[in-house]
Amino acid sequence: MRHLLAVDDLSRDELEGILELTDSMVEVSGRSIPKVPALRGRTVVSLFYEDSTRTRLSFDSAAKRLSADTMSFAVSSSSVSKGESIRDTVETIEAMGMDAIVVRHRSSGVPAQIARWTEASVVNAGDGWHQHPTQALLDAYTIRDHLGGLEGRRIAIVGDVVHSRVARSNIEAFTRLGASVVLVAPPTLLPSDLTPWDVEVVEDLDAVLGDLDVCYLLRIQRERASEALVPTVREYTARFGLTAARARRLPSHALIMHPGPMNRGVEIAGDVAEHPNAVVTEQVANGVAVRMAVLFMLLGPGRLDPATQRTTVEVEA
Amino acid sequence: MIERVALPDRPGGDDRVDLVLRGGVVVDATGERSADVVVRGREVVAVGPDLSGDVVLDVSGCVVSPGLVDLHTHLRQPGREEAETIESGSRAAALGGYTAVLAMPNTTPAIDSAAVVREVLELGRAACCDVHSSGAITVDRAGEQLAPMAEMAALGVTLFTDDGTGVQDDLLMRRAMEYGRGLDVTLAQHCEVSALSAGTCMHEGEWSARLGLPGQPAEAEELMVMRDIALARLTGARLHLLHMSTAGSVAMIAAARAGGLQLTAEAAPHHFTLTDACCAGYDATFKVHPPLRGDRDVAAVAQGLADNTISAIATDHAPHCPEDKELPFDQAPPGMLGLEYALALAITQLVDGPAGMPLAEVLARLSWQPAAIARMERHGRPVAPGEPANLCVIDPEATWTIDASGGASRSRNVPYVGREVRGRVRHTICEGVLVVRDQEAQQ
Repeated sequence: MRHLLAVDDLSRDELEGILELTDSMVEVSGRSIPKVPALRGRTVVSLFYEDSTRTRLSFDSAAKRLSADTMSFAVSSSSVSKGESIRDTVETIEAMGMDAIVVRHRSSGVPAQIARWTEASVVNAGDGWHQHPTQALLDAYTIRDHLGGLEGRRIAIVGDVVHSRVARSNIEAFTRLGASVVLVAPPTLLPSDLTPWDVEVVEDLDAVLGDLDVCYLLRIQRERASEALVPTVREYTARFGLTAARARRLPSHALIMHPGPMNRGVEIAGDVAEHPNAVVTEQVANGVAVRMAVLFMLLGPGRLDPATQRTTVEVEA
Repeated sequence: MIERVALPDRPGGDDRVDLVLRGGVVVDATGERSADVVVRGREVVAVGPDLSGDVVLDVSGCVVSPGLVDLHTHLRQPGREEAETIESGSRAAALGGYTAVLAMPNTTPAIDSAAVVREVLELGRAACCDVHSSGAITVDRAGEQLAPMAEMAALGVTLFTDDGTGVQDDLLMRRAMEYGRGLDVTLAQHCEVSALSAGTCMHEGEWSARLGLPGQPAEAEELMVMRDIALARLTGARLHLLHMSTAGSVAMIAAARAGGLQLTAEAAPHHFTLTDACCAGYDATFKVHPPLRGDRDVAAVAQGLADNTISAIATDHAPHCPEDKELPFDQAPPGMLGLEYALALAITQLVDGPAGMPLAEVLARLSWQPAAIARMERHGRPVAPGEPANLCVIDPEATWTIDASGGASRSRNVPYVGREVRGRVRHTICEGVLVVRDQEAQQ
């Protein structure tokens, strides 16, 4: 594995491999000094063209726990604001000898473009509506942690699928790991063509609640109402929000998940967010471990050097 | 009354030298025959067996055709000379077998007045092929106010379009058609309803869903095709539909033509060659408007060309600098190069492909039919004594691989890199001047 651009690039075995590796990273994170020297001497740079404190901090913390050096390319105060192209920025970073570039961009496909311009490993930290693979991995890990695995599990993804990179990566990850996915949304919030995915679609959340193992809520942005995708946010909540009454109809083991940040009272009722089965903060905690696993897979010992096609050996200092 | 203005002609061939194309097969609107062709000055002076002259080109195994005519060329001048100039674009055209191109008006400033038409035509006089200018329908192509069409028509503009965008306002388009009918010009539409296409960057379908890119449905094109057919019926205007890309559009055009409407349409090589699956790597080289569509649309466009529902192949040659095509896919400008590849792609896709067109039919779509649409009187003419010497010589059996260089264009946005194609332009003769000889531009 050279880059992590999309869940589509990962086989089931690779996905499971990352989840297993995440177990070790959780163990590391639980130590009194949660730091190992695995990536000492490696440098990870984060290149976030879109604000995201949560994901950036999570990657930063993951890299530091593995003893990698981390840098942050602050887009708003850098040459980018003076009109520098992405390619020039990437080539500048590359010239400084970075090993991995963690990219977030509002346009789909930017990490794939960057991967064509650099020898460094590129990690997609979210691109447009396309993918957010580490989110999918941390969600899959959280489900596996609670339910023992995803095989045969029934997972509803509720809400604004069409504009959601979380939905696209989670559909891929969950189905690849053997779960059955049902999308719950009005047609305006679904891609018009769903042939890429093996999913079921229903418009009635109440009809599926009773046999779910996971109810995964997507963030709905308030401007969707002005785009005529839903008549009003209120009507959206009435039809697709996880209210306390709906949460009571979930099976007792069913997890309530959300990628954050939550709109309490819109897609998730405030008290449902505090429900014992709501694992939103665990998702965040697992995010660090999953990102440690991803960085280790990409940069750790045993990685194939693309230039020499030889395995690089970690040098102990 | 605005008087017709005559601009000086481009230079013609040497009228003291007989140039002989020996041993080829002449293919034109009148048919196909083995014959030598002699060119002197601006004209073909003899066609027949065993002709001789001062300069002899052996063209055995080749087809001698009227020069190709492109109805849809973005030459980018004035305004975006780093992407293309009239000089570089016309050289690409000549290398592609074109003896005439129609410059699209989405320059900076737009070609929406006599002054800009005149600038384009004057620059075109030194070009490698004949450069004709279209004119914008509306001022600055903004879709709000009619451009002075008569003053542009007086300079020889025969086709008006806001290409790059469609005229959205129904009433304004009706008025443009009525006014244009009075001037005996053609209204050409870039069919795209912006309410359905705003913010999109590819075709809406399986691939846009997977890639998380906003897509526009085929209906964004088809609704305007439908409206313009209705308005053409209402006004009696001559309508030409640019770069048709969907099966639904082709079907509507066929029905309208069958009903007797004076309507022509063109299709671009990429729309009968490439599908939306090409966007999978987020390489904006494959971003174009209208967008690359699905397999069914690609087959329908090819079939529409084969049965002459679509009467012209037009390149929509749209150069863009590498740095612009390296922007994120949703921000990169749309368009791809076409002039040096159109003929070979047409042979490869339409003659060798399932449409199974005869070569002469492909040449009709590339030469004499587009010449008739733009009323270019010196192009697409039969290869016969007394006719203008605007010719190209094609080796139909030559196979080659398209490279990434972009050829003579100043840009390199080639979506066909690595593709094996058949058919190569050997020589191009424009107004009797050998502008391309043995695949080399002579200027």
